[in-house]
Amino acid sequence: MPGRRDPPGGAVNTIVVVGASAAGLAAAETLRREGYDGTLTVIGEEADPPYDRPPLSKQILAGDWEADRVALRTTEQLTALRLDLRLGVRATGLDTAGRVVHLDDGTEIGYDELIVATGVRPRRLPGAGAHVLRNLSDAIALRKRLLPGVRLAVVGAGFLGAECAAVARGLGCDVVLLEPAPVPLAHAVGEQVGRVLSSAHVEHGVDLRTGVTVSAITGDGVRLAGGELVTADEVLVAIGTQPNTEWLDGSDLALADGLLCDEFTSAAPGVYGAGDVARWHNPLFGTAMRIEHRTNAAEQGMATARNLLNPSGRKPFAPVPYFWSDQYDMKLHAYGYLRGHDEVRVVAGDLPERRFIAAYRTGDRLVGALAVGMPPKAVRPWRQAIATGTSWKDIHDIAA
Amino acid sequence: MRVEFDEPKCVAAGQCAMVAPGVFDQRDEDGVAVVLVAEPGPELADEAQEAAAVCPAAAIRLVEQ
Ligand SMILES: Cc1cc2nc3c(=O)[nH]c(=O)nc-3n(C[C@H](O)[C@H](O)[C@H](O)COP(=O)(O)OP(=O)(O)OC[C@H]3O[C@@H](n4cnc5c(N)ncnc54)[C@H](O)[C@@H]3O)c2cc1C
Ligand code: SF4
Repeated sequence: MPGRRDPPGGAVNTIVVVGASAAGLAAAETLRREGYDGTLTVIGEEADPPYDRPPLSKQILAGDWEADRVALRTTEQLTALRLDLRLGVRATGLDTAGRVVHLDDGTEIGYDELIVATGVRPRRLPGAGAHVLRNLSDAIALRKRLLPGVRLAVVGAGFLGAECAAVARGLGCDVVLLEPAPVPLAHAVGEQVGRVLSSAHVEHGVDLRTGVTVSAITGDGVRLAGGELVTADEVLVAIGTQPNTEWLDGSDLALADGLLCDEFTSAAPGVYGAGDVARWHNPLFGTAMRIEHRTNAAEQGMATARNLLNPSGRKPFAPVPYFWSDQYDMKLHAYGYLRGHDEVRVVAGDLPERRFIAAYRTGDRLVGALAVGMPPKAVRPWRQAIATGTSWKDIHDIAA
Repeated sequence: MRVEFDEPKCVAAGQCAMVAPGVFDQRDEDGVAVVLVAEPGPELADEAQEAAAVCPAAAIRLVEQ
């Protein structure tokens, strides 16, 4: 069979990375930086060279940046990596026994070691004509429609929906933000904090409607579960994502809302996962997690590359997850694993002023901290305390 | 090596100050990164590279001289 190779007994000569975005690029870069000199193939479905997604719902949507500013690396930097870079090509199947990846152009490619970094894609609703926002082309298409006076319905008041609502208000659109939960983001950041964050939208003139479920997109807006029609010129669906793992169906890899990996981000002999697609065991929190954050993608890509090259000295990937979000003049930074927390406590600043640090407890441990408008030096000790597994009863000692 | 820092891209994540405290710090007011050493010598080259790789905004570029 062409492309087929024996599993490696010795040196690794062919590494294939599927997914050419934050995680895949970080892995490829780190492999080279750590001295890997063999063939390094990177396969990416998108035609664009690796670019950054967070600005898509911020500077790109606002029209502050031209599209070329989101490139993650210059052409020279990419060239220096000596990649076999195959863009506009999708992986369609995997044979772990033969160590072969099948591609949509009908070819296949053998590997000694494989890194899966295929990310996630937006979930959609029934009915045509709605925007989603994941790719550069999505952002450009939506940007073109957000003219002053346009009525935009945003379905889902998570971080993505909230950022887009804020940008659209800034562009002079009428925005209705539709959210099934009683308090936006409550499941992620708790009710108190969720309420404070969403009050910013109301103050900026967003028509925030909670406790409503959208059942379908119609030609002139969205249909709510109760039958009511909410009219809109444009609709953005931001109701979460699903991992891009279909191409792994039929392989013997374990899939469960992501590619299951151990604490070394290994999924099976010769297969690793990194970034938004990977659900790995994070020993720092003693639980499996799949994190859709920009820094995690880079850090996990780097950690994966190092473990792959040095199996005998491999290290568990045990980060404190981190993400940020910009909404209006609010800059939010969150550290740790907030999901499923038992308690939230404001430990510095003041909630209503939207300048505060909130600490999160799960069991008897400090597991997270969320800061809005606070100086980095006040927030850093909290990150450190999460990294060292500080118990909740000791949080008074954390320097402010 | 020279550090090129694209300040408007910086999202104040502070990863750089964490992995390369010898090369980067953050401003008190807004957390935007500050380059402490514009031309890191060999002893700082590794951490500078780590910072460039991990920066979530691709705001740090290292140019070999
Ligand atoms: C609009 C937007 C705003 C965001 N803002 C923030 C933010 O403020 N803060 C934050 O921390 N995070 C933010 N994120 C999340 C962050 O961008 C992601 O965590 C990060 O992009 C994950 O990188 P990744 O490489 O794992 O996956 P992705 O970036 O999803 O890349 C996966 C790549 O793999 C390709 N691919 C998929 N399937 C295949 C296949 N079968 N074959 C070949 N290629 C394939 C995809 O086309 C894609 O290019 C935002 C995301 C979006 C979309
Ligand atoms: S890591 Fe990048 S985005 Fe974060 S503070 Fe440093 S330069 Fe800014």
